[in-house]
Amino acid sequence: MTDATSTGQEPVAIMESPIHVDYRFTAGLAQSRFLKGLSQGRFLGQRCPRCHKVYVPPRGSCPTDGVPTTDEVELSNQGTVTTYCVVNVPFQGQSIEIPYICAQILLDGANLAFMGLIQEIAADQVRMGMRVEAVWVPPEELGPTMASVRHFRPTGEPDADYESFKEYL
Amino acid sequence: MSAAPTGRPVAVVSFAQSPQVRREDHRNEVEMLMPVVEEVFSRIGVTKADMGFVCSGSSDYLVGAPFSFVSALDAVGVWPPMRESHVEMDGAWALYEAWTMLRAGDVDTALVYSFGRSSPGQLAKILALQLDPYYLAPLWPPPTALAALQARAVIDAGRATEEDFAEVAARSRRQALANPHAQLSGDRAPGELMKDDYVVSPLRRHALPPITDGAAAVVLAAGERATELCDRPAWITGIDHRIETHALGARDLTSSPSTTLAARGAGLGERAAVDVAELHAPYAHQELILRDALGLGAEVSVNPSGGALAANALMVAGLIRIGEAAQRIMDGSAARALAHATSGPCLQQNLVCALAAETPSGGR
Amino acid sequence: MAERCAVIGAGQTKHAAKREDVSIAGLVREAAERALEDAAMDWGDIDAVVIGKAPDMFEGVMMPELYLAPALGAVGKPMVRVHTAGSVGGSTAIVAAHLVTSGVHRRVLTVAFEKQSDSDAMWALSVPQPFSAPLLAGAGGYFAPIIRAYMRRSGAPDHIGIVVAVKDRKQALKNPYAHLHIEDISFEMVRDSIMLWDPIRYLETCPSSDGAAAMVLADEDCAAASPRRPAWVHGMAMRSEPTMFAGRDQVNPQAGRDCAADVYAQAGITDPRSQIDVAEVYVPFSWYEPMWLENLGFAPDGEGWKLTDSGATALDGGDIPWNCSGGVLSSNPIGASGMLRFLEVALQVRGQAGAHQVDGVRRALGHAYGGGSQFFSMWVLGTEKP
Ligand SMILES: [Zn+2]
Repeated sequence: MTDATSTGQEPVAIMESPIHVDYRFTAGLAQSRFLKGLSQGRFLGQRCPRCHKVYVPPRGSCPTDGVPTTDEVELSNQGTVTTYCVVNVPFQGQSIEIPYICAQILLDGANLAFMGLIQEIAADQVRMGMRVEAVWVPPEELGPTMASVRHFRPTGEPDADYESFKEYL
Repeated sequence: MSAAPTGRPVAVVSFAQSPQVRREDHRNEVEMLMPVVEEVFSRIGVTKADMGFVCSGSSDYLVGAPFSFVSALDAVGVWPPMRESHVEMDGAWALYEAWTMLRAGDVDTALVYSFGRSSPGQLAKILALQLDPYYLAPLWPPPTALAALQARAVIDAGRATEEDFAEVAARSRRQALANPHAQLSGDRAPGELMKDDYVVSPLRRHALPPITDGAAAVVLAAGERATELCDRPAWITGIDHRIETHALGARDLTSSPSTTLAARGAGLGERAAVDVAELHAPYAHQELILRDALGLGAEVSVNPSGGALAANALMVAGLIRIGEAAQRIMDGSAARALAHATSGPCLQQNLVCALAAETPSGGR
Repeated sequence: MAERCAVIGAGQTKHAAKREDVSIAGLVREAAERALEDAAMDWGDIDAVVIGKAPDMFEGVMMPELYLAPALGAVGKPMVRVHTAGSVGGSTAIVAAHLVTSGVHRRVLTVAFEKQSDSDAMWALSVPQPFSAPLLAGAGGYFAPIIRAYMRRSGAPDHIGIVVAVKDRKQALKNPYAHLHIEDISFEMVRDSIMLWDPIRYLETCPSSDGAAAMVLADEDCAAASPRRPAWVHGMAMRSEPTMFAGRDQVNPQAGRDCAADVYAQAGITDPRSQIDVAEVYVPFSWYEPMWLENLGFAPDGEGWKLTDSGATALDGGDIPWNCSGGVLSSNPIGASGMLRFLEVALQVRGQAGAHQVDGVRRALGHAYGGGSQFFSMWVLGTEKP
């Protein structure tokens, strides 16, 4: 073999090999109920028959008991910011104006927080314990997708007590 | 560290599988797995709290999501925290990992499970990603084409004919009639199968495996714990696995030396003396290669379940072979059995598990 | 555990943002050959190969062990591929060690790698899923709220994360294999770096690296025949808990506490701070040092930051130096990052760590964790045969 560099040629360091694969994802029975709820502007969670915790979005099982969650529970449109971060860098594929707030939101009646976007408030005004509510897209734009929730915004209520949500941190 | 006897015997004490289907359209992987895990426990009256270890096998590329095994774990509910691990391989190798844990004496019981959805993505393209990323994968050869190269080599070497492939397929699908979990079964004579069109010459439709979604689970137990949990445990008398080069051109595709080596490592002689052999041979001609590699005589019942020609959920079909073989020992219909699992194109990597009703007398 | 097991060879690559000079096979061989050389062994001496890495989508190769079998001398041998998210480097070493402790094999090569630059790693981490909530802010967006929760709970002052970031980068200057060598690293430089995901600053995050790690594990007889001092496995453990559940403590996860308790019990450790001489702990964001100091029992709950602040975890003058190699904050080939922690403590126990060697190491802790802090793997190595 001849050393590529000794013949004055640059070695091949990188070759491009694009991969394109299409997938059909299966939402699952529980998530399907949740997604249908979103298209009606509602949060539908599920309760574990064993430990009675309410999960939203549901995945079909109670993650600690490993049993199917069976009872459907409609949750409030309001919740509490348990914790959050301030995003100061434009993130790939993200078009929101920086800085913006990514928060863990615990819906009233739920036992697990999920990640949501906080708007209609200055980033430096957001607090742990802040009360927020979902802002839905107009009814004609509702669909079976998380994009049906445009963002969350402050309700103006007094902040929740740290003790009331600290076990969800 | 705790002192436990080395190499104490380990057995399969329970097995369960989901219906093996063309497409799981409604259930996600957690929902597919939960009933299987429930069944594998309830058969022997245990719960997750009785498990010392949990080990699973699956593939992110099949599911189309990174870390797909993470959410699948919610089908078990590992709380309080459990000893747990995962291989990006067929569940048969997860069982191997669990077997080493049990042998080492760290734990007495293990849940092994795997799930595989071959339906969501473009399977032929996905499997091409298993090939050499620089020279072969960019050509996107479909797995059927690679299998056909191997089948052609078998024919050219005078080892078998297309009629032999049809015999394998006819027998597999006929035996699958008795398997309630099978996806493909039927009673068509080999002569009739020979009228099928070629998919990739020399492989006709019948010589190919179906595309399958499915899940399976096994419980392993060591020493006395096995006899407590099961009247007739399927003792693992040996288990070993070997890999060959990825370069197809550098291999003799008509033989499977890695299977032979694994069989030796599992304590099987040149002619595996077993009642039943469950072989993970996705393509009909591969059963013939494996029979040779294992030295299986005509008296051995091969793939009574129908084998991978009846259902071939990737990452699961190998573990099912072990479960099916073990089941025949547990139900008393066999005294000695052999299970085989494969991975990679053209039988590149092979695992052999020897099982017996009789307790192994120490050693490996 | 039945048979004894020891590390008798260790090797790693030079870690870098892009290792365009080697293929994937070249990368893993670079580490594996160094491990074999250290063990004074050849490929033929190895009985089995256990390889680990994070998601296949990082390189775009499905089950790359199939392609890597000949490059790692595995043809005709057993080969296992482990994937347990970020903890994989640690769990891969543990799976390999079980092949020895179970008496199945005598000499096992274990390798972990990531060549993130070969694919779009950010994409691979967040492949768009139609049903899950869109990932709004990348990895930091997931971890920053947890760090904020820790700060609130412990009352830790804002500068603690900076202290860790400076310490680990300074220590990396003594490790020739480290990816990041920031010669003029200083408190001010970290403090003034851009606040990416408040409260996480740019210089408080780990880099994205190409790299590999490899070790040769052996049974007692092979270790005795080995030319260099073996590092004996005194304990090893894995623990997992569900990713998301009601009441989950993500700041101080139970799985981490249980895993530590298990590995300490095996190694006979009752007071980790005094009985462990050095630790390599998976700290991808600087704030995870005080959090793991508490989780691993080196400090009472809420007081890990005080240990960090006092300088106790520094190579220079600390009584319990953490991440003398520079840690994950200085090199992060994801799949290998956990094994590098396990490997670095082997170097410390064997007295091979060079400029970042701690004097008189008798026992050391290697730690890896992954995902959303739900998967843990740890081992304790020692100079004495257990
Ligand atoms: Zn529950």
